[in-house]
Amino acid sequence: MNLVAAFVLLPFAGMLLIPFLKSNWKGIMTFVLLVINALLSGYFAIHSLQGESFNFVLPGSYVTGEIPLRIDALSGWFILIINMVFVTGGFYGLFYMKAYREQHNNLSLHSISLLIQHAAIVSVCAIQNSFVFLIAWEILALASFVVIIFDHEHMATIKAGINYLIQAHFSVIFLMIGFLWVANKTGSYDFEAITTYTASLPGPSSLLLFLTFFVAFAFKAGFVPFHTWLPYAHPAAPSHVSGMMSGVIIKIGIFGIMRMLLVIKTDLVTVGYIILIVSMVSGLYGVMLAIIQHNLKKLLAYHSIENIGIIGIGIGIGSIGIGNGNQVMATLGFAGALLHTLNHSLFKSLLFYTAGNVYQATHTMDIEKLGGLVKRMPHTAVLFFIAAIAICGIPPFNGFISEFIIYTGLYNWLLDATLLSLLVAIFSTAGLALIGGLAMLCFTKAFGVVFLGTERQKLPDTCHEVPFLQLLPMYALAAVILLIGLFPMEFIRLLSHPVSLFTASFTTHVNLVNINAFKALQPISLTAWIFILLVISILLIRKFALSHRKAETGPTWGCGYAAPTSKQQYTAGSFVRTYSKLFAPFLLIGKHEEEIHGIFPSEGKYHTYPYDEVEKWLIDSPLKANKSFMGRFTFLNNGKLQIYILYGVIFILAVLSIPIIYQNITTFFEFLKQL
Amino acid sequence: MLSVLLILVASIFFTGIVIRTKSLASGRKGPGIMQPVFDVIRLFRKGVVISETTSFVFQIAPTIYFASVIMAMLVVPFGQSAGVLSFEGDFIFFAYVLALGKFFNIIAVMDTGSSFEGMGASREALYSMFAEPAFFILMGSLALLSGHTSFQEIFAALHIGSQISYALAALATFVLLMIAMIESSRMPIDDPKTHLELTMIHEVMILDNSGFDLGLILTAGYLKFAMYGALIVNLFIGVIPYQYSITAFFAMQFLMAVTIGLIESFMARFRMSHNPQFIVALTSVSLLIFFGVLLILQKFM
Repeated sequence: MNLVAAFVLLPFAGMLLIPFLKSNWKGIMTFVLLVINALLSGYFAIHSLQGESFNFVLPGSYVTGEIPLRIDALSGWFILIINMVFVTGGFYGLFYMKAYREQHNNLSLHSISLLIQHAAIVSVCAIQNSFVFLIAWEILALASFVVIIFDHEHMATIKAGINYLIQAHFSVIFLMIGFLWVANKTGSYDFEAITTYTASLPGPSSLLLFLTFFVAFAFKAGFVPFHTWLPYAHPAAPSHVSGMMSGVIIKIGIFGIMRMLLVIKTDLVTVGYIILIVSMVSGLYGVMLAIIQHNLKKLLAYHSIENIGIIGIGIGIGSIGIGNGNQVMATLGFAGALLHTLNHSLFKSLLFYTAGNVYQATHTMDIEKLGGLVKRMPHTAVLFFIAAIAICGIPPFNGFISEFIIYTGLYNWLLDATLLSLLVAIFSTAGLALIGGLAMLCFTKAFGVVFLGTERQKLPDTCHEVPFLQLLPMYALAAVILLIGLFPMEFIRLLSHPVSLFTASFTTHVNLVNINAFKALQPISLTAWIFILLVISILLIRKFALSHRKAETGPTWGCGYAAPTSKQQYTAGSFVRTYSKLFAPFLLIGKHEEEIHGIFPSEGKYHTYPYDEVEKWLIDSPLKANKSFMGRFTFLNNGKLQIYILYGVIFILAVLSIPIIYQNITTFFEFLKQL
Repeated sequence: MLSVLLILVASIFFTGIVIRTKSLASGRKGPGIMQPVFDVIRLFRKGVVISETTSFVFQIAPTIYFASVIMAMLVVPFGQSAGVLSFEGDFIFFAYVLALGKFFNIIAVMDTGSSFEGMGASREALYSMFAEPAFFILMGSLALLSGHTSFQEIFAALHIGSQISYALAALATFVLLMIAMIESSRMPIDDPKTHLELTMIHEVMILDNSGFDLGLILTAGYLKFAMYGALIVNLFIGVIPYQYSITAFFAMQFLMAVTIGLIESFMARFRMSHNPQFIVALTSVSLLIFFGVLLILQKFM
């Protein structure tokens, strides 16, 4: 209990202290407080992962009622992921923010918001009172907004921030509808009331309630078509924040969906199908758009959408498994989803931090302007490389483990399904395979163009590797990525309790390690070891073979052309040209082209702007229609004082006339009630 | 274990037979069957020339490509004898470990900073991406048919009985053969003997590799081909005794090599822009297999 109080009070302490510190101490203070808070919450999380669940009841107030804090294994798993990303991100941020030392006030605001953000996001995992949950959720949204707009002198940053803020509040609206619905019927804000209420509810209503929550959390998680804020917010934020956003803030949406699956009693098969299909679309659409992005951070942001899709596929399989009474499938689905949540937060935050290093060194995120960075920033290149292989789901890293589990879940479903579900299963498998292939196209492009080859434009002389301490948290993340690849069983064991929460309808508790379907991970970790040994031995043989032979260097083969320039290299645009032509119906690519003409050729230009088809139809078109409709009323806003006074008079008259038409209003409401 | 040995033996002759068939078909005598192996041995003895623009990636890529093919080989079974490693879902591992090799191949190309080698890399990434769903649907159908999810169990449980299953086996052979062609960059997707860099896929990717590294890449290519051949043979041998199945293995590998040689002699490469359509069509053939399996299992009832 005291620990909880300490956890809440620490950010306040930070709020009072940080503004009065010197710039370099602000960051350190923030980091220290973050670590303390992470340890406090981590204490509960680690215990809960071992099957102990914590139950505190805060007295609350007249308005909120009692506030139950429940930390079960699911909360524990997410809290640990959150802490890991925030601590590494905070440490990385210490160095990333060095360039902004002069902006004292801005830094104070940023640091405090980070602390509040961490406290809020951890609280969201524990609070089970819908009223207080909403408050924590709102604090999280606002803190994230402040953190995103750190660089607020740029118009684009502010725009992205406001875009995020508005969409975050769409999420709040849906949450409010859901919570009010239940509170209205049961008179209690406790999550347990939702369970008892939905247990008595007819199928379609509880499904509708679940979908309301699903939409709310889908905005946060970035499922298509609720994803449009994400590709703006991630590039606008400072890199450590982008890493945290992609690593955990969007994962809290996943947490919400999983929590609601536990809390709401509804038809899990239908829910599973809906989640599966939405996730499939998100996965494919995310990676399809990621490939054509030229901004490195935007590319990574679209990849987050893809990975949220993969996690969602796991959740979908899991729910269908529970609904159909297939325990193995349910276990595989949820275990895959939870493990991929961890994996994605590892490699995606690592990718954003490396992108941050690149930005620090080159001050651009346009991949067409980069190239050859491996020579100037070898550590960053290696780290990006590890994360890129991991995110493509390729062995021997962690991404493969979770995707493998999800594949196994799908094949398991396939073996025990009826006609319709067979079709869904086989198309999901093919879709997942396609996602994997597209991800490979995307990351070979990103890594190849940014880090390999030669510089496409003159890079600043200050472009060099970041200091060792800044690389430290990144190497820590890379180490965990490799560890999961090498010892998957240990991490699967940790998942036993969270997954048991979902499969409680079959048996009370299962140790996942003992389940047959996970036995395959043993040989997989063996293959990882064999592979590493094999590579090392071949490299040694190669070294030995080349040690007494001539190894010379020469220019790259250029078809005999003697004076190639770096501009002739394959660019990102040309690397994916065949792809973008093939997928043209799904993509929206604007072009700007100036051809070379004249006897003495003028300068030629070719520029493409990728855009999002969903954004065009769901955001831009309605906004445009709204704007043109509202435009018809601009005559009201004509700046003449007399007219404004007239509006006032009309308003007062209207208010005064309410008693006169009161009767009519009440009959109208009576009529509504009868409906 | 047996499968690895057989694949190694087959890979020694396979490419030689293809080349010999092609030369015989064009009226030449052609080199000996062992010539590709001699070429590789000669390469292993040579020094290397490395482009100035490259980094460590270029130097380790061929090794990792080679290692990935070896790893994939370890899970391929032979009839009732399992591969060195056999576990539930090993075909997923098979596909993904090959992808690892491809990943390294592609970025090694980007490492050279060449003006046209990237073209091959881009095509390789795109085509192998399209081939992946076909493979996964095929394996899913076979898993559904046999009720198992590992290579060895699937192949051991496949019994070809009814007429539909003959049709399925033929279709599956076609799909696997085509995937093998795509993966090994042969006709009709890619022409290994083309003379212009702009029309190549695989060949243009390895233009800058030489000596030991080139040797590794070529060896990996031979192994890969024989490995896919072994997969196809597995479709048919089931649980027949070794003396027949091993003979069948070599006979089918020989047949496959001759077929490929003939295809390459009498067919032109597809237009590059038509390749994706062709590969997507492969996915629909796999879907056909899937529906065939549904028919056999009477899931439509």
